[in-house]
Amino acid sequence: MRYVRDPKIIRQVLGNKVQFILGDMACVYGGILAGCSFFAGYPITPASEVAEGAARLFPRIGATYIQMEDELGSIASVIGASWGGAKSMTATSGPGFSLMMENYGYAAMTETPCVIVNVQRTGPSTGQPTLGAQGDMMQCRWGTHGDFQAIALAPSTVQECMDFTIEAFNLAEKYRNPVCVMTDGEMGHLRERIIIPDEKDLKLTNRVSATIDKKKFIPFSGSQTRKSKVPDFPTFGTGYHTYVTGLTHNEKGFPATDKQKDHEKLVKRITEKITDDIDKLTVIEKMNLDDADIVFITYGASARPAETAMEMARAKGKKVGLLRLKIVWPFPEKIVNNLAKQVDKIIVPEMNLGQIYHPIKEAACGLCEVVCAPKTGGEMHLPQELLPYLGVK
Amino acid sequence: MVEIKTADELNKKYLRDGMWPTIFCNGCGHGVVLEYTLWALEELGWDMDKVVFASGIGCSSRLPGYINADGLHTTHGRAIAFATGIKAANPELNVIIFTGDGDCAGIGGNHFIHAARRNIDMTVIMINNFIYGMTGGQLAPTAPLGSIATTAPYGNIEPPFDICNLAKALGANYVARWNVSHPYQPIKSIKDALQKKGFSLVEFLAPCPTAYGRRNKLGDIKKLWKWYDDNTILIEDYERIMNYGSEKEKEEIKNMFPIGVFQDIDKPGFFEAYKNLVNKVMKKDSKTPMETKPKVVVRK
Repeated sequence: MRYVRDPKIIRQVLGNKVQFILGDMACVYGGILAGCSFFAGYPITPASEVAEGAARLFPRIGATYIQMEDELGSIASVIGASWGGAKSMTATSGPGFSLMMENYGYAAMTETPCVIVNVQRTGPSTGQPTLGAQGDMMQCRWGTHGDFQAIALAPSTVQECMDFTIEAFNLAEKYRNPVCVMTDGEMGHLRERIIIPDEKDLKLTNRVSATIDKKKFIPFSGSQTRKSKVPDFPTFGTGYHTYVTGLTHNEKGFPATDKQKDHEKLVKRITEKITDDIDKLTVIEKMNLDDADIVFITYGASARPAETAMEMARAKGKKVGLLRLKIVWPFPEKIVNNLAKQVDKIIVPEMNLGQIYHPIKEAACGLCEVVCAPKTGGEMHLPQELLPYLGVK
Repeated sequence: MVEIKTADELNKKYLRDGMWPTIFCNGCGHGVVLEYTLWALEELGWDMDKVVFASGIGCSSRLPGYINADGLHTTHGRAIAFATGIKAANPELNVIIFTGDGDCAGIGGNHFIHAARRNIDMTVIMINNFIYGMTGGQLAPTAPLGSIATTAPYGNIEPPFDICNLAKALGANYVARWNVSHPYQPIKSIKDALQKKGFSLVEFLAPCPTAYGRRNKLGDIKKLWKWYDDNTILIEDYERIMNYGSEKEKEEIKNMFPIGVFQDIDKPGFFEAYKNLVNKVMKKDSKTPMETKPKVVVRK
């Protein structure tokens, strides 16, 4: 029997509208609200609570939870479930995310909607398993081989862990691409108040299923039913007899491994379907930018101490602003470039030795000074540590 | 009763337009396994809209491309994990995996082990040619001792993997091994495997003249195919001789490959067990009234 999203059962299982829960659990809530019916995972700190939450709640809504043998299997079964017609997700952290890279690329190449929650920690290698960091921001963009376009959201609160997981599903379904929720050990293990949105306030997107005549259907080109570079989805079992391969394929889905033109056309389309929509995918929060001459550009957990540092500096008369990237990939180059024209200095606090600092510097084009404000070792920045970057003692 | 169809009708029903000719070399065993599988499906009369093929990487893994059905050609070794998701999302679908010895017993060994242990509802058809054929003849984990491969130029010193006995030990519901040169037993065996709930494995010993036979001096295609006949023995005979035969008889067959049905049992499949679990917890929930107020704990 296939899963059908039942709002009544979901509300009963999730319980009260206002709750005090872990960030990891909020990702499970987000998945359930979005209509996810398949979770596959493998234990890894600090993401295990996502799997534990799914193991507890998914059977209660009639959805499937399965603990796979490793992260390679987790992401593989998540992609398989998507082709079977389910909204599907997994959750992991640094080393597990590294293991997923090959099939992450497979999902992009085969245009498979799916969601990966990455509760980041640091590395390289095993690093600091129990502590938070933003170690995979670049891996999420460039970790798999070849050309593709990542979509990644970075929550800064537990509420956002839930909201962004819902949004991740919407984006995955809309663009037929893997979408990462790049949370971290700090967010994952933080307990905060969340407000579960009412059913009427939920905006859910579902993939456009293939409906046209089976003989005329072209699985891997732009849509044949609407103006979009995203093809309609021929769910397995609906009679479209689609061949899906990670090899370079032509519009029919057949291998075209020695055809330069087919490869170029395919890879351009699967990246442009996302980058063409950059305006819609620019989701940011602006704080005190109008009069600012120094700004923080940050995301995720790092945005919290940066906001406090901004307020402390403002109290001392410094004109400091903050730009928070809610969607980090695709990168909002235009916004950052415009900001670089306006301000003297951009400061980039990150829980790594500088990852998103690089695209920011690239977008700033030398129009202003861009300063990396790293903190690594499993601790968040203290607001006081950020004050010297602002010239405040 | 099987309805009699013409070759043209069968081609139209089962083979995908635009993918031919195949990539396979002369004398390769893969096409025969495809044929046996399609015969089994034809005899079962299954709706091809509800049959999904998954595969990994390698020669065997190209088979789904030739079949007029949904097919997921995945990454190296991972087909079984992908198939687990397909089946979970839509248990109505019959999931068949084509895999090779390198894909299944080598890089994908872990997924194979756990799918067999979980008794995931799927049929794995593993085509064992003792070699990594597509990449040009590197050593496979199933290659008999002494085999020559590009990466074992002085002969293989590693004991080979016996995938059927592994699956049997893990409690898979159906396990069989066949030699590709006999059609009838394999077709029946695939039919049995497809109808099984839980995990089923059919292994085929298939000749690879280009990458294995040539390098190991097993002769031309005809001689190579005969080598498989000469070096396989029915499992019933194998076990009888090993239990009761003379030392001379044992010596004669000890390096031969037993073929036949290794296991045929009926444990519940994973998805049946999962469905029971869901029914249990959902029934319990339906009897519990929905919480409306937060629980307030008053500390004294």
